[in-house]
Amino acid sequence: MRPDRFDTWLTVDRKGLYCRPGGFHIDPYGGAKRAVVTHGHSDHARPGHDHVLATPETLAVMHTRLGTAACLGTQALAYGETISIGEVSVTLFPAGHVLGSAQVLIEWKGARAVVSGDYKRSADPTCAAFELVPCHLFVTEATFALPVFQHGDARDEVAKLIKSRERFPERAHVVGAYGLGKTQRVIALLRAAGYERPIYIHGALAECCALYESFSVRLGELKPATGASRDELKGQIVLAPPSAIADRWSRRLPDPVTAFASGWMRVRARARQQGVELPLVISDHADWRELTDTIAETGAEEVWVTHGREDALLHHIETTGRRGRALALIGREDEDQ
Amino acid sequence: MKLFAELLDRLAYTLSRNDKLSLLAEYFARTPDPDRGYALAALTDGLFFRLPLRRILTELIASRVDPVLFDLSRDYVGDTAETIALIWPGAGKAAKAPRLAAVVETLQSALAMEVPGLLASWLDQLDATERWALLKLMTGALRVGVSGRLAKTALAQWSEAPLSEIEEVWHCVEPPYGELFAWLSGASPRPEIGTRATFRPLMLSHQIEDRELQAIVPEDFVAEWKWDGIRVQAAHQGGEKRLFSRTGDDISGAFPDVVEAIPEGVVLDGELLVLRDGEVAPFNDLQQRLNRKSVTGAMLKSHPAHIRLYDMLFASGEDFRPLPFIERRARLEAWHQAHSPARTDISGVIDFASIEELQALWADARATGIEGLMLKRRDSPYIAGRPKGHWYKWKRAPLTLDAVLMYAQRGSGKRSSYYSDYTFGAWRDGETGGPELVPVGKSYFGFTDEELRELDRWVRNHTVDSFGPVRQVEPKLVFEVAFDSVHRSGRHKSGVAMRFPRIHRIRWDKPAEEADRLETLKAMIVE
Repeated sequence: MRPDRFDTWLTVDRKGLYCRPGGFHIDPYGGAKRAVVTHGHSDHARPGHDHVLATPETLAVMHTRLGTAACLGTQALAYGETISIGEVSVTLFPAGHVLGSAQVLIEWKGARAVVSGDYKRSADPTCAAFELVPCHLFVTEATFALPVFQHGDARDEVAKLIKSRERFPERAHVVGAYGLGKTQRVIALLRAAGYERPIYIHGALAECCALYESFSVRLGELKPATGASRDELKGQIVLAPPSAIADRWSRRLPDPVTAFASGWMRVRARARQQGVELPLVISDHADWRELTDTIAETGAEEVWVTHGREDALLHHIETTGRRGRALALIGREDEDQ
Repeated sequence: MKLFAELLDRLAYTLSRNDKLSLLAEYFARTPDPDRGYALAALTDGLFFRLPLRRILTELIASRVDPVLFDLSRDYVGDTAETIALIWPGAGKAAKAPRLAAVVETLQSALAMEVPGLLASWLDQLDATERWALLKLMTGALRVGVSGRLAKTALAQWSEAPLSEIEEVWHCVEPPYGELFAWLSGASPRPEIGTRATFRPLMLSHQIEDRELQAIVPEDFVAEWKWDGIRVQAAHQGGEKRLFSRTGDDISGAFPDVVEAIPEGVVLDGELLVLRDGEVAPFNDLQQRLNRKSVTGAMLKSHPAHIRLYDMLFASGEDFRPLPFIERRARLEAWHQAHSPARTDISGVIDFASIEELQALWADARATGIEGLMLKRRDSPYIAGRPKGHWYKWKRAPLTLDAVLMYAQRGSGKRSSYYSDYTFGAWRDGETGGPELVPVGKSYFGFTDEELRELDRWVRNHTVDSFGPVRQVEPKLVFEVAFDSVHRSGRHKSGVAMRFPRIHRIRWDKPAEEADRLETLKAMIVE
């Protein structure tokens, strides 16, 4: 192991990315001895580890979503605090992705590696803003790593939703949104835009909304969509998991306008495949410019790319004179959580 | 460009016809001339720019974007124009973005060598949606689900002018349609049609109902065969020759053979067919010639087109439309005899003395090229639209097949939560000797809303595999499928294609093994 040769001490095994001098995995598959978890989405926070280190918010998310199966032992580490694990020290910094999301700084013998988890740079009223952490190795996500992905201001997208609601006062607007992060962000953006009516939510979204509230993220009045009469839902905004917006669940809604809040909505074919009438380009991941800017700003000479469209980002990394490498972490293709 | 881009963007995502109409009407109301006229032209395929667009775009994008990144993006997005619109560097927040009219007029007068520079400067000034709209405009294929007919219907809705009047003046006005909008907004009288070869809205028929059939007085009606082609109007006036579809689209380009043959001074109504040695070819043969902008010499030879005439609206400047049908008919026959124009003949009149006689004729109507019978009142004037009590169609009884449901696909719009598109198959001997199903058709109508709910439930409970929006189901449910005819087809695994299949009855009671075999269907092919 040499500090300047990152691949000698940060390795990939069956469970995922492993820090050898620290003796822990980052966002591993189930059953790791020691795990550092960047955030609560299910492709990062998996059940069954012996011990988990994460931000207090992420631990709360894991507890809510996974229950007691989450792990045996936990340790909370607030943003900016440093602890030693084995030979390395670990610090968590806000990643701006969802509530509690963190980048992991690992320092070993003067070498600094940052594992980003998922991140975004644009404003989000529901979580702490991304902090830039200078480093030698940057391990980045690549969900939207194609130059066609340029996410605009999310407030403009929410304005579109409000305008459409005014245009179709007899119809419900059902917005597909992932339960952890996107749902609360869309609600907070609606509130910030002055939308004060009750917002109706699918049952699967309730738990995470309550969790956000418990961390003082104000969401205003939320009502269960299930059980509300068709008449009551006319002219209302209803949030539901993406799988429900065009399925049997949505039949209860009065002539719904189908919206979907996701970075994928930038591409027409993706919106049409899902029968979306009102695509809302609202992403919790970095777009192409945020990815490439962040890589440059960290000052990293070496960049590893995890899940997503790594080929385009690797090409970019190489043309800008850095060392790039694809981390073959399976099972994380095409997720927008 | 902003309003136009917004319109296209909304239309592309809007499924409901009524919502599309209201988006269009709103656009016509709030957009000034001549921008709205050019938008109308773009939507109705009225704008062509002869540009080597593919080459221009390839060169342009190579100068702005890394080719590796572009190719990867193109592969993901799946559409070149959209990829360029999304990837083009620059936020497009120019204070003075170009207007639609300025773009169109500049392109119409630009030299080929100037186009790349113009395009680049526009792309720099526009945002992503506007860039997409600009590129779609230049390719000439908007693909936002608006037909010419729908655009005209929206004009009618916005202006409250009758659709038939708009259709009638349509081919006398040209982009950017200043005259048309002036008339529709009440600023000037209707544009002069004069003696030009313009589309005259058609008189259409009703499907006859049993009680109407019983009430038919034979002396008041004549019968004709209902030919299995497409309804057309052929016009040759003021030196212009044109062939129109039933919705008023100019289809002259695909049928130069029949257009050439239209004699001076007439507007004729008839059925467009492919005719070989006096025999009507299957509809499939006509299909080969439809939806083309132009046609090859080989196609003209192998699929010769022909019009079987049944009405005459104008001759030598005289409008026959107020005359009784029988009078127009007499003039048509006399005219045809005097001129005997090529590639035309006259649809014969069938005399009948009683309803029983008519019924016998109808029951026998199985020859190729015949779809059933038409009944026309002897004294009907030619009335645009679908007036009641004048013309009836009496389609022959459909063919039917008992087929087995194989796959179900989600519908769109209001049906997106239902598995409402059904692929069904017939039995044949598989390679191992046992029976296997081969798909023979697909249909998404013919059943009631209540039946749809039951079918949706059945599909969900009998799914064996799913691929995206499609579910494969256990081969257990039998549909009685009705269809108009069946043809050979090289494009289908079964080797046959049904015309107009619909779910006639759901045979919840029938065991799948007793459904029909492919041979049964093949025996119904009329060569």
